[in-house]
Amino acid sequence: MKPRVAVHKFASCDGCQLAFLNAGEDLLTISTLVELVHFAEAGPVDPDARVDIAFIEGSITTPHDIDRIQRIRKNCKYLVTIGACATAGGLQALRNYANAEQWVPEIYAQPEYIQSLDTSTPIRDHVDVDFELWGCPISTQQLLVVLRDMLSNIKPHIRQEKVCMECKRNQNICVMVTQGSPCMGPVTQAGCGAICPGVGRDCYACFGPSENANTTALANRFEGFGFLPQDIIRRFRFINNNATVYKAEAEKWSAKND
Amino acid sequence: MTSNVNFLAKAGLQTLIDNLVSLGYECIGPQVRDHAIVYDVITNIADLPVGIIDIQSPGQYRLEQTGDKNYFRWNNGPQAIKPLVFKPEEPIWSCQKSPDGNLRFEKNMISVKKRAVIGVRACDIAALFLQDKHFLHDHNKDEYYRDRRQELLLIAANCTKSAATCFCNSTGDGPRAHYGYDISLTELADGLLVHTLSEQGENVIKELELRTASQEELAEADSLINEAAEQQRSLPSHNLKDMLFSKLKDARWQQIAERCLSCGNCTSVCPTCFCHSENEKPAMNGEVSQHTRQWDSCFSQEHSYIHGITIRSETQYRYRQWLTHKFGSWHDQYGRCGCVGCGRCISWCPVGIDVTEELNAFANGA
Amino acid sequence: MDIRFPHEAEIVERIQESPNLFTLRLRFTDPQTQQAYQFEPGQFNMLYLYGAGEVPISIVSDPMDDNLYDHTIRAVGRVTQGLADLHKGDYIGVRGPFGRGWPLEQAEQKDIVIVTGGLGCAPTVSVINYIMKRRERFGTVNIVQGVKHSNDFFWKERYDMWRNSPNTNVLLAADAGDAIWPWHIGPVTSLFDQLEYDPDNVLIMMCGPEGMMRAVSHHMIENNIDEQSLWLSMERNMQCAIGHCGHCQFGEKFICKDGPVFSYHEISSLFGIKGY
Repeated sequence: MKPRVAVHKFASCDGCQLAFLNAGEDLLTISTLVELVHFAEAGPVDPDARVDIAFIEGSITTPHDIDRIQRIRKNCKYLVTIGACATAGGLQALRNYANAEQWVPEIYAQPEYIQSLDTSTPIRDHVDVDFELWGCPISTQQLLVVLRDMLSNIKPHIRQEKVCMECKRNQNICVMVTQGSPCMGPVTQAGCGAICPGVGRDCYACFGPSENANTTALANRFEGFGFLPQDIIRRFRFINNNATVYKAEAEKWSAKND
Repeated sequence: MTSNVNFLAKAGLQTLIDNLVSLGYECIGPQVRDHAIVYDVITNIADLPVGIIDIQSPGQYRLEQTGDKNYFRWNNGPQAIKPLVFKPEEPIWSCQKSPDGNLRFEKNMISVKKRAVIGVRACDIAALFLQDKHFLHDHNKDEYYRDRRQELLLIAANCTKSAATCFCNSTGDGPRAHYGYDISLTELADGLLVHTLSEQGENVIKELELRTASQEELAEADSLINEAAEQQRSLPSHNLKDMLFSKLKDARWQQIAERCLSCGNCTSVCPTCFCHSENEKPAMNGEVSQHTRQWDSCFSQEHSYIHGITIRSETQYRYRQWLTHKFGSWHDQYGRCGCVGCGRCISWCPVGIDVTEELNAFANGA
Repeated sequence: MDIRFPHEAEIVERIQESPNLFTLRLRFTDPQTQQAYQFEPGQFNMLYLYGAGEVPISIVSDPMDDNLYDHTIRAVGRVTQGLADLHKGDYIGVRGPFGRGWPLEQAEQKDIVIVTGGLGCAPTVSVINYIMKRRERFGTVNIVQGVKHSNDFFWKERYDMWRNSPNTNVLLAADAGDAIWPWHIGPVTSLFDQLEYDPDNVLIMMCGPEGMMRAVSHHMIENNIDEQSLWLSMERNMQCAIGHCGHCQFGEKFICKDGPVFSYHEISSLFGIKGY
């Protein structure tokens, strides 16, 4: 019997699900290898189906989300998060720094209809996760390798080296050294293909923290370039603002800023 | 310089490139891309970095247009010759799995073009010779490296200025190229001195409009190169092995680790670093898997990973591994220091850690 | 055989040795490759699992047996766990052999002490088998095995068989054990007063955790054993196995090609220093 696969969505932009849909020819191959039982964006809907692998996009932001993720966990053998939202709470975890009681009525005309948690949190905070894919969005290549490994019954593995390694292998020119850009590459996990530095832009850490990330040394360097504490805080409080090491670094600079 | 040094007008460079192309070489030369000097295919001397100089300091690299007519007054960019022979990433073999489970292995075959590289620096030639020792030294030669290396024709440019980060004079590898090139060029105010060391080199220059260089021109070249040898940075001594291995428990390693990002940029730009990992890329259909290799770094966690243990989990051990290898154990492995003084690891370190400063601090017991 | 690229080999037999230790008995599919293949005890092969990659695994069978090659593997990483799932009749890739094995010529006519720590230390199994088959060439053979817990001990039959061989001294120790564990509780070095050897004519071979090998080496050196008579098998990350990829460097040594077996003398300057 073919392995059964579900793709679920929580608070997210759907971009990581597109990593599946953008897989081209491999998508056709996947459809012959697995039974896609739930993938609303692609067609099949059966949210409570029992599956071998559940891919989860999005973060937990409502009480209903909490019930749903627990049901999904019970219904699947392996659970894999896809993307910054599911893995670290996403951009929307910036709400964790704000006061919900205050902002909800400021935005919504009838706040009584809003049933939302005060925080946006990663899936790992609620249920056991078997594997996490970082990125905003994730890389189709990484997704395919992880799925292939799981189908082959091999433990998936992603290198957590820094973006710099990928950047240099692509023979990109370092934007930090040539332009003084506040590039997050040295503290960010590779896997994206170093896309941003490849077009002369600084990395903004959408793949989350690398292994052994020395955020303090990098932040000090940004300060040396002339960036103010609030600029530095923004570098760390972005897509993966809720990732532990970025969060801690931002807090350090936040304390300096006060 | 020996007596068979010739003078070539600067416009003659175009004829040199044309000759190379007509002799079947792909011509690789320096050019400006994304705010740095890089080596890429070149057909026209207008694409050379005319008037450009590089201003380098720890963690910083800037280009400046001087308005002069020099083609080679820059020192270096992030790449040496390394990426041309030891590719950042390449497939080495693949495995096909048949439905009955049989495995068929296939070597990745490469076809190599004849390549001429213009503007190669003395330090980079020294680095290439070090990589030769590593990849070609015993019976297990690296075929990919060997095939690409054999097809290289090197046209050196002697350095007529040094960047603030250069220290080749103290490693003994520059600023003048003494070996390993086919043709060498020394750029003067209004021409180039040309010297050859190989038949292939002779073959390339034989149709150029050359004349024997004058005593004044030779003196001008010497004076420029001697000026380039006046460098701001230097190593404490030629052999730092015993000194470094006597300081393995020094508190300075941890002090460096506080600044170091362990990002691996230094090892990627280093023209002698050879570490690479092997990786598997299975196709989705389960029928074929590519085995590739890619540049790795002793600054990566996986570099020292064995079944559940990371030997160098902390940055201080990674930096120490790099330094004690490059300046220490390299002597035992390949008969000399693994550093050629190009200074790339200083400029391209995003936080500006200066290897000469660290080595001098260790040597002086600071 | 070109050792840069794997060759197909068939799993002729798969033996479960303990819960996470198994032996793959292999044969190259190509008879010529099979015939040409030769190795020494202590050398290793790179075993390739389709789609996952390669791992260095020491060869435990006898070098004179040119029909089959045994590899005893602990399922710890993604490749070895994947290999553990394979069955008789499945295929893998093999290239090798690599490295320098045990100094067996130097060991002849000497008393031998083989110290193993931890689980199923394959490099010493190969050398014990080798010596037992050629028993007359060696003096007294001491086989010392230390495990963390008595439950980790397996291959009891083998040890019993060795114990019953002439002029062979088998000593077993567990750091911790059940009431039924009949042997010693404590570190292997606490058994060393029971070793039988001539200190001027002995060769010591070790394999296992580096802490254990260090303790054994220090003990032997304190007892006036020459550093060049102490041999140990080292492990580091290995990917190319021919000294090119750089991962296994230990000071100036490439473990994959200069080792994996070294005399203590060759590696003592960095042995035990954290980070090397």
